[in-house]
Amino acid sequence: MTAAVEGSPPLRMTRARRNALLQSEPVQGFALISPTFLYALLLLVLPILVVIAHSFWTQHYLTIDRTFTLENYRVALTEPIYRDLLWRSLYISLTVSLLTVILAYPIAYFISFHGGRHKSLWLFLITIPFWTSYLLRVMSWKVILGYNGVLNSGLMGLGIIDEPSTALLYNSSAVIITLTHAWAAFAILPIFVSLEKVDRTLVEAATDLGDGPLHSFLRVTLPLSAPGVISAALIVMIPTVGDYVTPKLVGGKDGVMIANAIQAQFGKAANWPLGAALSVTTMLIVTLMAGATVLIIRALQRLAR
Amino acid sequence: MPEQPPIERPQSDRTQSDRAQSDRAMIEIRNVTRSYGSFKALDDASLTIREGEFFSLLGPSGCGKTTLLRMIAGFDNPTSGSIAVGGQPMEGIPANRRPTNMVFQSYAIFPHLNVEQNVAYGLKRLKLQGGEEKRRVEEALAQVSLTGLGKRLATELSGGQRQRVALARALVMRPKVLLLDEPLSALDKKLREQMQVELRRLQQAVGITFVLVTHDQYEALAMSDRIAVMFGGRIAQVASPKEIYQRPVNRQVADFLGGMNFVKAEIVEENGASLIVDTLGFGRVKTDKPKAFVRNGGAATLGIRPERLRVLWDNATAKFEVAGKVVERHYFGEITHLIVEIPGLEKPLSVTETNDFGADDIPVGTPIRLAYDPEALVAMGD
Repeated sequence: MTAAVEGSPPLRMTRARRNALLQSEPVQGFALISPTFLYALLLLVLPILVVIAHSFWTQHYLTIDRTFTLENYRVALTEPIYRDLLWRSLYISLTVSLLTVILAYPIAYFISFHGGRHKSLWLFLITIPFWTSYLLRVMSWKVILGYNGVLNSGLMGLGIIDEPSTALLYNSSAVIITLTHAWAAFAILPIFVSLEKVDRTLVEAATDLGDGPLHSFLRVTLPLSAPGVISAALIVMIPTVGDYVTPKLVGGKDGVMIANAIQAQFGKAANWPLGAALSVTTMLIVTLMAGATVLIIRALQRLAR
Repeated sequence: MPEQPPIERPQSDRTQSDRAQSDRAMIEIRNVTRSYGSFKALDDASLTIREGEFFSLLGPSGCGKTTLLRMIAGFDNPTSGSIAVGGQPMEGIPANRRPTNMVFQSYAIFPHLNVEQNVAYGLKRLKLQGGEEKRRVEEALAQVSLTGLGKRLATELSGGQRQRVALARALVMRPKVLLLDEPLSALDKKLREQMQVELRRLQQAVGITFVLVTHDQYEALAMSDRIAVMFGGRIAQVASPKEIYQRPVNRQVADFLGGMNFVKAEIVEENGASLIVDTLGFGRVKTDKPKAFVRNGGAATLGIRPERLRVLWDNATAKFEVAGKVVERHYFGEITHLIVEIPGLEKPLSVTETNDFGADDIPVGTPIRLAYDPEALVAMGD
């Protein structure tokens, strides 16, 4: 009895302290992010570390030699085939993100400025293509662009061409067309959100100060929606560099991208260290490119003033 | 002891502003209606605003004052009727080609530009030669006392400074008309009162026609040459601040511009310019007949402002007085608000009295006599 009474005050103290700890902001914040954080740590950071480690090792048929070497990076950066693939991947992803942003902007603008009460309906309609699998959408482009495809028969039916064109499918243009279509919705959303945040009275103020619709757009709306354009460009650019399914299905020989080479190294060629070095190189280049994109758009924004 | 000459009481002059003004019309609004479906935001409004005038559109929210302002600016178009600015009909002319500039309620400062770039925004298009643009920006910033803040970003400015930037940005365009949409409503009381004085001074310095939209009657009274009071899409009265305050055309206008005691009256005689009425509390009164007076049977309403009733102390007497009893007392610092019950009046009178004679110490229940000037009793429509 006495012991219990004596024992209770320190117990209450610890409980109070524990409650205080649980209620502190950093602890609560960490508790909130911890499931995602642990998940990301296990499935993202650890594999990346494994990949980075592999990139400094050497493959000997079935075993891996764990002595440190930069040979893989020398091959990745100097072998013409990998250099070409890397350049092509960068070219395709840059073109795709540019085209996607250019095509997505007017749609986002229309929904935001003229969507009226039906904004959410419009956004909902944009998601419709995503109800089918990505593979199916790529396959349908094959049907459209193919030798006996919709586009060729259409052009022949109209008498514009005499025989089916082979220039439509199995090259980098086919990859660009397919990827641009696939990523459009992902570009529309961030641009839409940033346009929604543009205060409409600012556009009115520009008009009041003498700007016509084009000038007020170029001097106010466009610069203020730059954050959305940046995120749209990045959202499209970063994953498309490493896209592997689309070039495989519609790219043919001329549309092969770096991810196909990486897949080959981890698969048939069974040279994991080289595949790892190619992956790390690609990652670094994408990081640089993303950074450069942000800087370029910011500079353009300043120039527009 | 030499006898001092009595101070002559100034003649009441209700129609003229202190400042000589041109009689030329700057803005002519003719029978303008703006409907949204069956709702009429503005209903057959006609108004002439003179050149160089500080004009206020005053009314509660939803009365159509902002709609009218936006139609002058060109952001909205009348469903019917016409608007002319500087003698030029505005129909079909978009907002960017009108000789008006606006100060927005939210100020609408471009967040991606600094103060100078904001002010120079409209000038860029004019492609001014040889440092003219820079000179005009400097001049405009000086006019609103923002010299030296040109490089600040909009996000680094206080509310009052943002308001000045908005003002400079509009003034630098040298518009024929400056439109102000509740420009002071976001400022705190002290800053607002300071800006009222500054705005008025600025308007007199630049001589541009100002049209101000406000729901604050004191703001309108303090700054304007003339005021249009609006209710429910209609213009109720257009007159000088004094006329509006002292001779409101109806109870609604009277109520909106401060307190007013209403007294029921019976018409005894009606002739050209005056009315003779009988009231229960104030007896028989002769009063000016309002211009738009429409006789509604034998009844009329008189109004008297609380500050036009004066407490009579001790044995003081006045030519015109009413007697009653204090039923409530409210203290407001420099003034006290007394509610006085008068036998025969259905509603007690409110009286405001300055606190220099001890009105704040009058106990509730005290019998009291009030002096009034029969001229302060005005007839009005319902």
